[in-house]
Amino acid sequence: MAIHLNNFRSPSATFVQRVKWLLIVLGMMPLLRLIAGFPLGWLGANPIEFITRSTGTWTIVGIAVTLSITPLRKLLNWPWLIRLRRAAGLLAFFYASLHFTTYIWFDRFFDVDDIIKDIIKRPFITVGFAAFVLLIPLAATSKNSIIKKLGAKRWQRIHYLIYLIAILAVIHYWWLVKKDLTQPIIYAVVFAVLLGVRLIWKLRSVSSEKPPLVAKPPSD
Amino acid sequence: MLIRRSTDILPSEITTESQYNSRRDWLKAAGAMGLIAGLPALSARDAQAQAGKLAGVKPNAAYGLPDGEKLNKFDELKNYCNFYEFGTDKTDPPANAKSLKTRPWTVAVEGEVLKPKVFDIDELFKLAPLEERIYRFRCVEAWSMVVPWVGFPLSALINAVQPKGNAKFVEFVTLADKAQMPGLRAGVLDWPYTEGLRMDEAMHPLTLLTLGAFGEALPNQNGAPIRMTIPWKYGFKGGKSIVKIRFVEKEPRTAWVKAGPSEYGFYSNVNPTVDHARWTQATERRLGEFGKRKSLMFNGYTDQVASMYTGMDLKKFF
Repeated sequence: MAIHLNNFRSPSATFVQRVKWLLIVLGMMPLLRLIAGFPLGWLGANPIEFITRSTGTWTIVGIAVTLSITPLRKLLNWPWLIRLRRAAGLLAFFYASLHFTTYIWFDRFFDVDDIIKDIIKRPFITVGFAAFVLLIPLAATSKNSIIKKLGAKRWQRIHYLIYLIAILAVIHYWWLVKKDLTQPIIYAVVFAVLLGVRLIWKLRSVSSEKPPLVAKPPSD
Repeated sequence: MLIRRSTDILPSEITTESQYNSRRDWLKAAGAMGLIAGLPALSARDAQAQAGKLAGVKPNAAYGLPDGEKLNKFDELKNYCNFYEFGTDKTDPPANAKSLKTRPWTVAVEGEVLKPKVFDIDELFKLAPLEERIYRFRCVEAWSMVVPWVGFPLSALINAVQPKGNAKFVEFVTLADKAQMPGLRAGVLDWPYTEGLRMDEAMHPLTLLTLGAFGEALPNQNGAPIRMTIPWKYGFKGGKSIVKIRFVEKEPRTAWVKAGPSEYGFYSNVNPTVDHARWTQATERRLGEFGKRKSLMFNGYTDQVASMYTGMDLKKFF
């Protein structure tokens, strides 16, 4: 291999910044496809359904990317990857907001009574809504100034919620498909791996009585 | 013999004013975007479509365009379908159904009948006069279309085979051929896909043995060469690519009832007051519309069909 992994252990700040922007630009591609696809007819015969599904899918993908950063960072020994985590997480929240907006707008037409009934009555909406609500405090505490105010430990404790959110998101998907569970199973396996490695590391660090790793707030 | 007379023009072939205007809008937009160069290809496709028209189809005036309704586009029917034998995404059947061979094709009609018979598909095309009927089509997933189907009442076939007195139900068995249908590899449903009707439902004049749509033979992805259309029931009740029609004494266990008895019932009449176990059936999205419509009891066919279910608890027999 021409490029060795070691070269990426401690890249320059500019490099990291560029990778971050690349992630953001890539993360906007699904939205651009929806915006351009609507008038151009790429979204098929039922564009609203397409948008609902697409924004939902990219929310789950965004959560998976966010959750894969810590394991990748450890496996590759690329500590700087942590600097991408906030952007990935906010992208997930962005698509979750679009997903939720599509639902309240084009599925329920802002009928609040209807939405409340739906949330209470339909389990897949209950868990989807719960996942979205739980994402809000995470997005709201992503600014450096707030992280500093909260302190790393408390911030970390709030952000452990992402594990629960990931599980709720998969249940939401699982319960809404008519019969073919292939897609939800794929995401369930991905999350099982991402949460599983954390559990294994946690158990190991407890058994070797080393203090657990506390994530530092990103400095940029 | 294939000379078309002026009376053969089907409602589905007539360009409505709104379609005309929307085409003009599209042309304007396309022109503005420099897409107009692609037009010769489009008109070539139109000519091809004309060649695919079924001969001798007469519109049945009793089943014209319902008031306040607009036909959906043929493309919507062709590109948005549930046909799990070709995959579970709406776009899988149009992509994968090209491999379906619809000739030669036979339909075995058997069971409790005096004259069981294996029909060749071309024989079935001549069994009764082909009519065009415009029906609302409501999927259990809460979307809907308005489609001009071509076919004839199933009762014509039933009368031809003469059911015995103990024939209480009709079961439809559809093709399950792994060589032609990639979706069969996934065990999503218990193949072959089967459906069924009570005898009176099967004999009902609305129940259409369907051979075409929009004046053409059925596209593969919509259940070629022969499917059922029962407009007051959810779409899945209409089995696609049927190979066997069986007359039986007991209510047949249908594919979706086997897959989820708490979510899908044998009757599956469109009913806005009985929700699916996981989603509402009170509203639906008509393809091509942004708003949602209120779903109609029996999909708007109450006058014709409600009497078949008097005294039945439709919440229990959903």
